[in-house]
Amino acid sequence: MMQADLTSISWLSLAVWLPVLSGVLVLLLGGDHNDTLTRWLALAGSLVSFLVTLPLYTLFDVQDGFFQFEELLPWVPAFNMHYHLGVDGFSMPLVLLTSFTTVIVVLAGWEVITKHIAQYMAAFLIMSGIMIGVFTALDAILYYVFWEAMLIPMFLVIGIWGGPNRVYATIKFFLYTLLGSLLMLVAFIYLYHQTGSFELADYYLLPLSMQAQIYIFIAFFMAFAVKIPMWPVHTWLPDAHVEAPTGGSVVLAAIALKLGGYSFLRFAMPIAPDAAHYFSTAMVVLSLIAVVYIALVALVQKDMKKLIAYSSISHMGFVTLGFFMFSQLALEGAVVQMISHGFISSAMFLSVGVLYDRVHSREISAYGGVVTKMPVFAAFAVLFAMANSGLPGTSGFVGEFMVILAAVKFNFWVAFFAATTLIFGAAYTLWMTKRVFFGNVTTHHVAELSDLNKREFLILGILALLVIGFGVYPQPLTEVMQATSTEFLKHMAISKLPVTGY
Amino acid sequence: MDNMQFDLLALLPELVVMGMAMFILLLDLFILPQNRFMIYGLSQFTLFAAAFFTFKTHTPAVGFAFSHMFIDDTLSDIIKLMMYLGTSLILVYTRKYLQDRNLYRGEFYAMVLFGLLGMMIMVSGHNLLTIYIGLELLSLCLYSLVAFDRDNPKASEAAMKYFVLGALASGMLLYGMSMLYGMTGSLDVSDIANSIAQQPKSPVLILGLVFLVAGLAFKFGAVPFQMWVPDVYQGSPTPMTLLIGSVPKLAAYAMTVRLLVQGLHPLAMDWQDMLMLMAVLSIIIGNFSAIVQTNLKRMLAYSTISHVGFIMFGMMSANANGFASSFFYISTYVLMSIAGFGIILLLSRQGFEAEEINDLKGLNQRHPWFAFLMLIIMFSMAGIPPTVGFYAKFTVLQAAWQAGFTWQVVLAVLMATIGAFYYLNIVRKMYFDAPEDHTPLTAPVDMRFILSVHSLALLGLGLFPEVLLGVCGHSLLISLQ
Repeated sequence: MMQADLTSISWLSLAVWLPVLSGVLVLLLGGDHNDTLTRWLALAGSLVSFLVTLPLYTLFDVQDGFFQFEELLPWVPAFNMHYHLGVDGFSMPLVLLTSFTTVIVVLAGWEVITKHIAQYMAAFLIMSGIMIGVFTALDAILYYVFWEAMLIPMFLVIGIWGGPNRVYATIKFFLYTLLGSLLMLVAFIYLYHQTGSFELADYYLLPLSMQAQIYIFIAFFMAFAVKIPMWPVHTWLPDAHVEAPTGGSVVLAAIALKLGGYSFLRFAMPIAPDAAHYFSTAMVVLSLIAVVYIALVALVQKDMKKLIAYSSISHMGFVTLGFFMFSQLALEGAVVQMISHGFISSAMFLSVGVLYDRVHSREISAYGGVVTKMPVFAAFAVLFAMANSGLPGTSGFVGEFMVILAAVKFNFWVAFFAATTLIFGAAYTLWMTKRVFFGNVTTHHVAELSDLNKREFLILGILALLVIGFGVYPQPLTEVMQATSTEFLKHMAISKLPVTGY
Repeated sequence: MDNMQFDLLALLPELVVMGMAMFILLLDLFILPQNRFMIYGLSQFTLFAAAFFTFKTHTPAVGFAFSHMFIDDTLSDIIKLMMYLGTSLILVYTRKYLQDRNLYRGEFYAMVLFGLLGMMIMVSGHNLLTIYIGLELLSLCLYSLVAFDRDNPKASEAAMKYFVLGALASGMLLYGMSMLYGMTGSLDVSDIANSIAQQPKSPVLILGLVFLVAGLAFKFGAVPFQMWVPDVYQGSPTPMTLLIGSVPKLAAYAMTVRLLVQGLHPLAMDWQDMLMLMAVLSIIIGNFSAIVQTNLKRMLAYSTISHVGFIMFGMMSANANGFASSFFYISTYVLMSIAGFGIILLLSRQGFEAEEINDLKGLNQRHPWFAFLMLIIMFSMAGIPPTVGFYAKFTVLQAAWQAGFTWQVVLAVLMATIGAFYYLNIVRKMYFDAPEDHTPLTAPVDMRFILSVHSLALLGLGLFPEVLLGVCGHSLLISLQ
């Protein structure tokens, strides 16, 4: 009886609109003159929003590989658009990641942000709802609306609270993403005129000629590759990360990049499966370039945030690599990698934020011997660095290992190049850690450092638990996506080319 | 006699507006300057009364009056209702500005109402002459309104440019009409359509069409007839810019429907290409020129040109879907531009025009609420969801795609990205820069309130676009049967 009551609640709508509403509430009630109320209101909003996403996990049916928690309402009958939400094994963990990260971001900005704090908190809360909307929308235009709407708060976050070069970075970020997404809109218009609907399910069943599939795939690729970002359209990311405030970097790395990865799974590949196979070699090569070349780029960075940004691109290369090898192990590895990267990159950016708040520099050379002044922080930072370089026992290892294992079966050289990441990743992360945390205290800034306060300890502690937890026991994560990935591969194996009448 | 009565009944809203405009003109002679609010109130009342009668006399059936000179269909009623709303908003937003500059006079309101009457006649014209008379009434009012501030040399210059080029456009239109009359022997829109359908295409007919389209493009401000737009927008006092740039576009749209769709549909193949060329050029030139502007009004002028390009994207599809999408685009465009200029008027005060883009600097620190409203307006103009501007772009693009204009759609999409840049630039000035000017706002409460509701409506319509989409699609489907 209880069970029936719980399932009748529109959990997804709550997950999408609660954070948006609490964002509006923060704006209206908090204001810029009542900082304490604003912070607690934002924290309460983000916590409640996180709590309402938990039933998605507990009530999730792991045997069901299709969409669950579906909600369907007419929205724009003139164009046959629907308010259609639903999650499967791929999107459900990402929804939880999003709502969780928002709590972290609110905590991370607690006393650090002093300018327009209500707008800051509201932007992140609203953004959280919008991103959950992207992960759950099953109607193409609804998805598109969420996808684009997300740009507005992000644009403001980087632009208002960002570093010195923020205007350049934020406009570049906006225009890059907008250009890609508008081409996706053209693809949706094409699909709409083919099917007369914006239902994702109709697109999955629509037979398409090879030529049409190729065009559609390219249009989607433009939108998603920019977002992930894949080499060579990645250049906005380091700029945006460097200028963004810590919270912005966390959301960008932990969630925004996953929007691109997720969308490949939800749109590009199942709508144009033959084109996906056709382009798979190219996609694997692009992914490997991201993994190897971008890792080398990361090695020479002098700015910590830039280094982590390049490391993110390199790690996302693993995700796309996993997608386009079309095996269950690789696919699940890629999704695990997305989640784990969400935790690790958040932790890395937050660690840089901890240092930046004290010293106001992101240059590696401005530090040295931090461990002598901040031993607790150094312990956390080293753990996250290990996780970032894929040490077994951390969540960073699981996804990468699954993808590499699948790659060995796929092609030896792909596996070979993918595996280099374990070396390069360790090289750039640990080298940075060495230069920042160990050695002699070089500057008076470092000499004056104080260790983590309770708030920072709490944030990093939670993330450390998750990183180790999923590293040791990834089962809860992999089991929810098993049925979905089976269905996905089944779908991908069936050609959508129209049967020629011979 | 009965017939005459019916004819006059169909014209009831027009008669109300005309009578009241004349009454206001007379009343103004006998009223003390401090009681001028009465004139303003009466004008608003006129708009309300006209809306009431338009709504009351509305029937789904098509009605004709004065031997088919005048048509009263769903499309005309809907457009008229939108015009009343737009004009009413304009009157609210401009009152303070006019008071500050000693322009708060009865003639302004009489002229606006006469202009409105001209537009209503254009919308309901079913005869080339009726349409032309409506157009001229509107144009003459607008010319004199631009020159209304007679001691302002920039305004006089703008009025001169507007008048000379506008008269040229009217001349072209009239020339095209005369050729049509020569070839078909009729001025009635339906008769022309029937006659053209029965005769072979002749060069004279096409020449007439070219002049007609050129005249229409002039009124819209589409490339290559866009030259007057930036100068007139920038030179006119802001309330007049608002009057020129917003509601008359609805009238121009109605005129296009009457002439090209109802009159010259047999020649659709020919005008489609012309519109397509103008649409593509307008989007390119409008967007690229807008990027480099430093004057807000001039930038909005170029952005208007690109919006006109998008509007033509719908029309060039030459089907009900396309014209419905253009109608939707124009309606949202009128709402957006009135709101945008409303913000400019809100920030202006006695002796200060908020005309430069830099005048918006740091608005978020001065007035976070109005910065937020301007943010909505700008993202709506850029076509970013969840604002209604997105659906405007979406509907015209899907109509053009359906009609087979593939590369044009891709091009428009690329240009929309460029367009986003200059709208973002404004958001950037408002939110990322520090304010240079700390003078408090002096705008009256009613204007602040209505402007807030108006701008939020852009967001609301974006979340629930069906409200407006349904109206536009429905009215057009009925009228184009």
